[in-house]
Amino acid sequence: MSFEMPQFALAAPEIGLAIMVCVVLIADLFDRSQQARLAFVLTQLTLLGAMGVAIYTHWGSEPTLTFNGMYISDSLAGLLKAATAGLAALTLAYSRDYLRERGLLKGEFYLLALIATLGMFVMASAASLLVLYMGLELLSLSLYALVAFDRESRAGSEAAMKYFILGALASGMLLYGMSMLYGAAGSLLISDIAAATSAGDNLLLMSFGMTFALVGVAFKFGAAPFHMWVPDVYQGAPTAVTAFLGSAPKVAALALFLRLLAEGLGDLHDQWQIMAIILAVGSLAVGNLFALVQTNFKRMLAYSTISHIGFLFLGLIAGSDEGYAAALFYAISYGIMAAGAFGIIMLLSGKGFEAEMIDDLRGLNERHSGVALVVLLLMFSMTGIPGTIGFYAKWLVLQALIEAGLVWLAIVAVIFAVIGAFYYLRVLKAVYFDRLQEPSVLGASAAQKMVVFGNGALVLGLGLFPDALITLCRTALGL
Amino acid sequence: MLALSDYLVLSALLFSIGMAGIFLNRKNAIVLLMSIELILLAVNFNFIAFSHFLGDIHGQVFVFFILTVAAAESAIGLAILVVLFRNRDTINVGDLDSMKG
Repeated sequence: MSFEMPQFALAAPEIGLAIMVCVVLIADLFDRSQQARLAFVLTQLTLLGAMGVAIYTHWGSEPTLTFNGMYISDSLAGLLKAATAGLAALTLAYSRDYLRERGLLKGEFYLLALIATLGMFVMASAASLLVLYMGLELLSLSLYALVAFDRESRAGSEAAMKYFILGALASGMLLYGMSMLYGAAGSLLISDIAAATSAGDNLLLMSFGMTFALVGVAFKFGAAPFHMWVPDVYQGAPTAVTAFLGSAPKVAALALFLRLLAEGLGDLHDQWQIMAIILAVGSLAVGNLFALVQTNFKRMLAYSTISHIGFLFLGLIAGSDEGYAAALFYAISYGIMAAGAFGIIMLLSGKGFEAEMIDDLRGLNERHSGVALVVLLLMFSMTGIPGTIGFYAKWLVLQALIEAGLVWLAIVAVIFAVIGAFYYLRVLKAVYFDRLQEPSVLGASAAQKMVVFGNGALVLGLGLFPDALITLCRTALGL
Repeated sequence: MLALSDYLVLSALLFSIGMAGIFLNRKNAIVLLMSIELILLAVNFNFIAFSHFLGDIHGQVFVFFILTVAAAESAIGLAILVVLFRNRDTINVGDLDSMKG
């Protein structure tokens, strides 16, 4: 085996991000503002820069392998990285006021978020099981620490413990699957695994490994029946962390699925399809039915996440590039919606007060009609009402399903979407029709409102003109 | 001479013990950390066995990475455990039920 100089330029997004992690770490030491202002500004600039670099480096290029075939540079990697960096920047933009009021405004928060983003970048470009695993662990370990970020919070530490145990268990499952895949294919490279699968080598061992790998991926997604951690973690973590956790890592989990199961084990599609159907229908049922009875808004959003993951899996079930493109669009648009929904909670929360119950949204229309309008848009979008981005996300998935001949599954999905409408509308009832005894003025800063309005505009704008993003997703999958 | 399947069976046993440790344990959170470690070691066993019988070194390299990550993972796990104990004065798994719904 000869040593070949890797093409470092192709890994520019990761290398740049890793350098910036060190820069932020050092810069935060010299920041005397006690507000982590420098870390915040540098992190946001880095994330926006990383979006640009990722697109510039990866977009439109022929799939190129480097670092001994372990790193892939293609359009899919470009879009995944740009989406994760963008969503991370959006959720972090919400966080400053919320963290300041709780005494959590420290540079480490932005640093950990940046490291998590680096992990997601590595996953998006992985062409080998080893790289995929390292990226995933970089992401997961940062997230465990972030969930426990509020050290004084009882709920936070409990959530962190649960997240840690189940996350580590998921990594163990995934690794066990990976070791089987390695044994069956005789190589860690995903392209070799794909070749071995299509040649039909060691099919039994391969399917065994695939099953474990799929369970691990489902855990990371939070798909039923592996969803136990989602509600507790979403509820217990500080909302700034929940927002981060609920948006960008979902796109990264999709990257994991696309690289491992779609590219590596695409020829086993017949076998994983049936398992994915169980995951999808289970998630839709559990997510929507349990969300109906929640009074805690954060917990309701957690169950709604599970149901959205179910919908996302429907796109993957189709097993076609159209289906993967639909799932990619779904993941990105869900990330935008989730960031907005948790952003609203952060906006309404004040010092020593967490606006996490649905009742806390009562009379919001009287307090601030603009913010109420954004809530309306977000809930419509999560329901899937035309004119918002959520509609096209669902529409593309259903279209891919019907093209794959799974009409019954599309019908099931629509029925659950209608059930889901009930609890989203209940939120809107609180916002528009319930009255407060004594309406108080909304004490949010102008900057935070601007972010909320920007997020609302994104949901509406991409809902009215979705073509550009749809084309991007289709191009990324080579359509 | 031991065959590949012997190693795989041993590794599967270790993996199952780890799994059982997580799902059956209702008392101490440290046992959970030990179970996770056991699962990762089972995976390492698998990788080394395959690597040896395939004559391919990559599997053993993977094991070094897993060992390193496992160390980092336990560090974070124990840190979370300390935070948990400070807040609740218990690391009993059964007491981790403040959130319901």
